[in-house]
Amino acid sequence: MASKLPNQLRALYASTTRHRLLSPRFPNLNEVFRDLLLGSNGRLFSDAPSPPQVSFSPSTPVPPPSGPNTSAPSSLNQKELVEFFASAETWWDSEGPFRPLHAMNPTRLAFIRSTLCRHFGRDPCSPRAFEGLKFVDVGWCGGILSEPLARMGATVTGVDAVEKNIKIARLHADLDPLTSTIEYCCTTAEKLVEEQRNFDAVISLEVIEHVADPAEFCKSLAALTVANGATVISTINRSMRAYATAIVAAEYILHWLPKGTHQWSSFLTSDELVLILQRASISVKEMAGFAYNPLTGRWSLSDDISVNFIAYGTKTTSE
Amino acid sequence: MNRLIERKIAENVYRLKAPKKNLCTDTTAKVPSSNPGQPGQVHQHDIAIVGGGMVGMALACSLASMLLTKHLSVAIIDSNPALFNGVGVKKEGTPDPRVSTVTPATISFFKDIGAWKYVEDNRHAYFDKMQVWDYTGLGYTRYNARDVNKDVLGCVVENRVLHSSLLSCIQSTDFPKTIYPSKLMTLHQNSSSMGVGSTSSASPSCERGHPVKLDLSDGSSLCAKLVVGADGSKSRVRELAGFKTTGWNYSQSAIICTVEHSVENHCAWQRFLPAGPIALLPVGDNFSNIVWTMNPKEAADRKVMNEGDFLKDVNYALDYGYGPHPRSSTLGNGGIFSWLKPDVTLSANESFEVPPKVVKLASERMAFPLSLMHANNYASKHVVLIGDAAHTVHPLAGQGVNLGFGDASSLSRVIAEGIAVGTDIGEVSLLKKYEAERKLENIAMMAVLDGIQKAYSVDFGPLNILRAAAFHGANYISPLKRSIISYASGEQRLPIFS
Repeated sequence: MASKLPNQLRALYASTTRHRLLSPRFPNLNEVFRDLLLGSNGRLFSDAPSPPQVSFSPSTPVPPPSGPNTSAPSSLNQKELVEFFASAETWWDSEGPFRPLHAMNPTRLAFIRSTLCRHFGRDPCSPRAFEGLKFVDVGWCGGILSEPLARMGATVTGVDAVEKNIKIARLHADLDPLTSTIEYCCTTAEKLVEEQRNFDAVISLEVIEHVADPAEFCKSLAALTVANGATVISTINRSMRAYATAIVAAEYILHWLPKGTHQWSSFLTSDELVLILQRASISVKEMAGFAYNPLTGRWSLSDDISVNFIAYGTKTTSE
Repeated sequence: MNRLIERKIAENVYRLKAPKKNLCTDTTAKVPSSNPGQPGQVHQHDIAIVGGGMVGMALACSLASMLLTKHLSVAIIDSNPALFNGVGVKKEGTPDPRVSTVTPATISFFKDIGAWKYVEDNRHAYFDKMQVWDYTGLGYTRYNARDVNKDVLGCVVENRVLHSSLLSCIQSTDFPKTIYPSKLMTLHQNSSSMGVGSTSSASPSCERGHPVKLDLSDGSSLCAKLVVGADGSKSRVRELAGFKTTGWNYSQSAIICTVEHSVENHCAWQRFLPAGPIALLPVGDNFSNIVWTMNPKEAADRKVMNEGDFLKDVNYALDYGYGPHPRSSTLGNGGIFSWLKPDVTLSANESFEVPPKVVKLASERMAFPLSLMHANNYASKHVVLIGDAAHTVHPLAGQGVNLGFGDASSLSRVIAEGIAVGTDIGEVSLLKKYEAERKLENIAMMAVLDGIQKAYSVDFGPLNILRAAAFHGANYISPLKRSIISYASGEQRLPIFS
């Protein structure tokens, strides 16, 4: 099913006029982001009613998602495939418009590696440290997080409510045998809970600030984690510094993100996150912040959690 | 479809069982690999190192020595028969004129990867003293390892010894390397990132996840995630991958040869002459290596002139030729620097010495032109350059191969860090990290060396005085001397902001 996509794409590439793909590699940033974030139905990662969104029309008509694994080749049309191809190239270009996200990725992975290796008692010097563990990546990262985790040996399931993201992620993951084992589902965390899926580690980065009801979202994440499993959440702190950096600087000055991506009022402070996780029976063990060095353009882990921060917690054994 | 697969498997098994030619005639270590040069078969590797010279092998050894990278399948492409047969270096006999001065930083690197013990088994020469002066006789500088509380300033080792040590080191591990005794012809990358795949179905293409295809001169092909260009200053990888370079030719050539003294030499000597510096480096026993830079016409003449005349010229250049000896100062009295007395280094007390006389020419004379070259980028998608493929420098400070070893060490560390967090090793952002680190250091060193080369190529009264002042300053101002030693030893990464 998923493997037919690259073949279809190859056939398509041979026959489609090339000029479509040679047209600007960086489509309108706002469109790309909005498509990826919200898709066609304006739904984010939780089934809870979403806050009123500015309505807009996506760039191409996308058929409504018909189930968890909806990559049946017959439902794709040629136009879509070419669009995915173009979006995927942009998305995965580490020097392209998503550069800040790609730059932050190794830092986030370093934290995940260090905490989860310690949690599961794995050797951090082994190249496939997470062999045999089941992880779920809940979020809109298009596979940016799932692929490195798969390379580190984990059995990864990637979840996203937006069909397009899933397709893009699938296309890219199939390029490398190490990552083609990732299972991508177009669904929400709540639906997975209903299906009674369990994972050793549940990872959800940069998602909770876009969710309507963070407390319910955390409860779903906790329900997906096995007893004594791990949960990793990253988000932006609701502080003045975060307003200045993540909103003013990132959106208005540096144009890393389109304006309106983040709402300061939906940020959570680190204390609030710890509290709602506690209520969902997850006790937070470690937190770290991400610091950006504008001179080198690199992110590093730091103790300063006033802007971007990541938290690792373990599920306390419930009755 | 299944039958096709079965047939392919049967073919491959047959090929593997085909009698392997025994290329080794003596007891030196053999390379444990299957005969890889089979046209029609495409081998898949993680990393393809094009060029199995000192720097390429150092990278391979470094990857073999780290837990995170020792599982990577590496292909080394080099048509040098020494690699495939195994190298045995004779310990006796005269030293080869191609030598390198390895800095203490490189010695540590070699110790980390486990190759230094093989170097110590062969001829090598540590030195702890260095003297630098010029033809004007206005000043000189003496360096001693004790100035920075170390035992040695560096070690002079023949290139073939370094190479065979690295080869022995990697053969002593069970690192999954394969050596291809061939040359690189072409390089193909999948043009689009989404893997459109090869156009013809007749030629076997790469498996998923190995986007670069290398075609070799013996008809075989291999695929890799990352191609490392370690193939020297005329790098084919650099040419194929389209890296642009900046640089210029120095209007100088260098003559190298091995000479013999009647006494042992433990000091490195360098005298700047009007046409270029002459360096005398100890290589062990009573032998020394000469690196003499001069203009190309003189180099051509000196290469063919008879031995006696050549030795006379050499002694003349090292001793009284072109100008007087510098006057050595009396105990601790540095003239205007005498106020620094308490802090003066050990070597500032040493007086000027004349280098030992050269009595015999022990090898053939080789000449090669000198140039400066720097690749504008070291890394692009799935391709990275290290060593001379990325930069060449003037030999006046013996830094060339040390920069290359620094590149190998940095790249292997960056790859290990990438694997630790599950990055694809061919990813540009990872390779750019290596580039950012090394480019700054390499350019700084090249600027310093080029500056020195230019400063010493002009014979102009006030500039001569300035150079003399520089000699005196370096000799008597201890913090400056320590800083120079530590930068040249590779302990300090950048000349100014350490």
